Amino acid sequence: MIEVRNLHKSFGAVKAVDGVSFTARDGEITGLLGPNGAGKTTTLRMLYTLMKADAGQVLVDGIDAATDPVAVRRVLGVLPDARGLYKRLTARENIDYFARLHGIDAMQMHARREALVDALEMRDILDRRTTGFSQGQRVKTAIARALVHDPKNVILDEPTNGLDVMSTRAMRAFLKSIKSEGRCVLLSSHIMQEVAALCDRIVVIAHGHVVADETPDALRAQTGETNLEDAFVKIIGSEEGLAA
Amino acid sequence: MNAIFVVWWKEVAENLRDKRTLMSALIYAPLFGPIMFVVLMNVQINHELSKAQGPLKVPVIGAQYAPNLIEALKQQGLDPLPAIANPEAAVRNRDTDVVLRIPPDYGNAWRDGEPAQVEMIYDASQTGTGTPRERLAGMLQNYDREQGAMRLVARGLSPAVATPLVVSERDQSTPQSRSGLVFGILPYFFVVAIFVGGMYLAIDLTAGERERQSLEPLFANPVARWRILAGKLGAIGAFSLLSLVLCVIGFAVAGCFMPAEKLGMTFDLGPLFIGQVLLLELPLLALFAVLQTLVAAFAKSYREAQTYLGLLMILPLLPSMLMSFMPVKPADWMYAVPLLGQQIGISELLRGRAVGMQPIGLALLCGFAVALVIGLITARIYGSERLAISA
Repeated sequence: MIEVRNLHKSFGAVKAVDGVSFTARDGEITGLLGPNGAGKTTTLRMLYTLMKADAGQVLVDGIDAATDPVAVRRVLGVLPDARGLYKRLTARENIDYFARLHGIDAMQMHARREALVDALEMRDILDRRTTGFSQGQRVKTAIARALVHDPKNVILDEPTNGLDVMSTRAMRAFLKSIKSEGRCVLLSSHIMQEVAALCDRIVVIAHGHVVADETPDALRAQTGETNLEDAFVKIIGSEEGLAA
Repeated sequence: MNAIFVVWWKEVAENLRDKRTLMSALIYAPLFGPIMFVVLMNVQINHELSKAQGPLKVPVIGAQYAPNLIEALKQQGLDPLPAIANPEAAVRNRDTDVVLRIPPDYGNAWRDGEPAQVEMIYDASQTGTGTPRERLAGMLQNYDREQGAMRLVARGLSPAVATPLVVSERDQSTPQSRSGLVFGILPYFFVVAIFVGGMYLAIDLTAGERERQSLEPLFANPVARWRILAGKLGAIGAFSLLSLVLCVIGFAVAGCFMPAEKLGMTFDLGPLFIGQVLLLELPLLALFAVLQTLVAAFAKSYREAQTYLGLLMILPLLPSMLMSFMPVKPADWMYAVPLLGQQIGISELLRGRAVGMQPIGLALLCGFAVALVIGLITARIYGSERLAISA
C-alpha cells in the first residue's frame, strides 16, 4: 500500500507538486491522471525516493520514505519515465543485474525471471543485446527488471507510452494479472481510455493539485458525464466546482 | 553478493564489450608511449651515431691554399667535398651542416708565422648541426696544437710553456643516470596511460548512463548511491590499472629494442622497477577515477564530458613541463604533491637511485588523502537529485 500525504515539491519558483494526497491500495490499480506538466512524474519520483519532498509524507507499506529510502525502494518495483537499458548487455543480463542489486539469490532470480519472461512473452529476445530493440521490447525488458525482485508495490510512469495497439493490450493484460496477484499498482497516464480501461481508482492531478480521487463510476456520476473523457475535461477545466 | 561488487562486475563486463573503450584502455593509451619512444629514439640515435662516427663530409673552399692542413684533417676522418658557390645559403637551406673556407692569404700568413685564419660557416639554429660542427672544430684545434707544439720545439722551448692550464673533466654520471636524462619523459607516459585508460569508462559510467536514461532506473534499486559510485570507481580504476601495467611492461620490452648502450646508457626496467612504479602510481589511479567521475557528473552529456576531460588532460602534463623547463632538485616535500611526487620518484628510479620507503609512503598517504577529499565531493554530487534526472 502506498500512502501520500500533503506532498509538496518546488523547483525554484515553480510549484510542481502542491499538496498532493492519495492512497493506492493493494489489489487495486490506481491511476494518476493529468495533463502533461501536471506534476505526475515529480510525484512518482518522490514515491520512489529519487527526489526528496519539500513537505509532506510518503508511506510505502508503512515505511516512511524520508527516514528509510532504501527500505522503501526494496518493496517497490519501478518503471520510471526514463527507461534506458544497457545496450551492450542482453535482455537477460539487464534483468539479472537489477536482481543482483536487490540482493536476491541465484535460485530465486532464475525462477522469478523465467516467470516474468513467460508472462511478458519475451522469450525470443531474452538473449539478444538490447541495442536495436523496438519500443515494445524495451518496455518489456524494463518491466521485467523492475519486477524481478517480486515487489509488493509497483509504480509505472506512463507504461504504455510509445507502444502500438497490440503491445498496449498486452501491457494492460499484464497489469491486470499483477493486480490479481494482490499487488498495489500505481500508474500515471495522460490518456483517458487507458485509465478507464484499467483503473479501480483514478486520482486526477492538475497544476500540482489533486482535483479528484474517485472510482471511474463515481467520477462519471460526480460530473454528470457518462463519457470519462468529458468528465476529465470538466474536472480539469472547472476546478472550483470540485474543490469540495 | 555485495552491491558494490555487483556494480563493479557489471561495469567491467559491459565495457569489455565496447571496442572504443578497449582500444583506448588496452592499446592506444598504454602502447602509444613505448612505440613512439622506440621509433623516435632509434631514429635519433642512429642519426647521431652516423654523424659522430662516419667520415665527416664537409665542402671545403680554397683547399688548394692549405694542402698540409687538408691532409692532416683527412687523417682525422675528414672527407673534403668540392667547393660550393654560396656556402652561406647552403647551410641555411640545410644542404650541408658546415662548410670550411680557407682564404687565399692563408699560405702567406702561415709562412710569416702570423695566425692564419680559416672559416667555419654554419647555421646553429638548425637541429643536428652540433655534432659535425664540434667534430670539425676539434680536428682544427688538434692541428693547431700540434703545429704550435712543433714551432715551440723548433725554437728550443718545451710545448708545456704554452699550456699553463690543463682541464681534466671528471663526469660523475653513470650509464644509468645519463639514461635518466633521456628517458625522463617516461613518468609522463605512465600518467597518460592511467588517465586515458580510465577516461572513457568515467564518461560512460556517469554522463553516458545519464544520457542513455539508465541512471534513474538504476537509482530506483535499494542500493545506497555511494555504493553504486564505489563500484563504478572501482571499474574505472581497474581499467586504468590494466592500462598502466601494459604501459610499464611495454616500456620494459621497448628497452630491449633500444640501442641505448651505443650512447653509453643503460635502460633496464626490471621487476623491482615495475613494482615500485605501480606502487607509486596507485594514488593516481584513485585520484583520476574520482576526478574524472566528478567532472563527468557535472557534464550534461557524453560529448560535454569528453570536452571537459580533454581539458583536464593538461593536468598530468604540468609536472613534466615544470621539470623540463626548470631543473628541480628533488626534495622530500615534493613527494607530498600528487603527480609531482610520482614524476620525481620515477625519475630517481630511472637514474638508478633508490627511493626510500619514507618518500613512497608520503606519496601514497598524500595522494590517497587528496583522492579521498575529491571522492567525498563526488559522492555528494552523486547524492544530489540533479544527477539522476535524465531530461
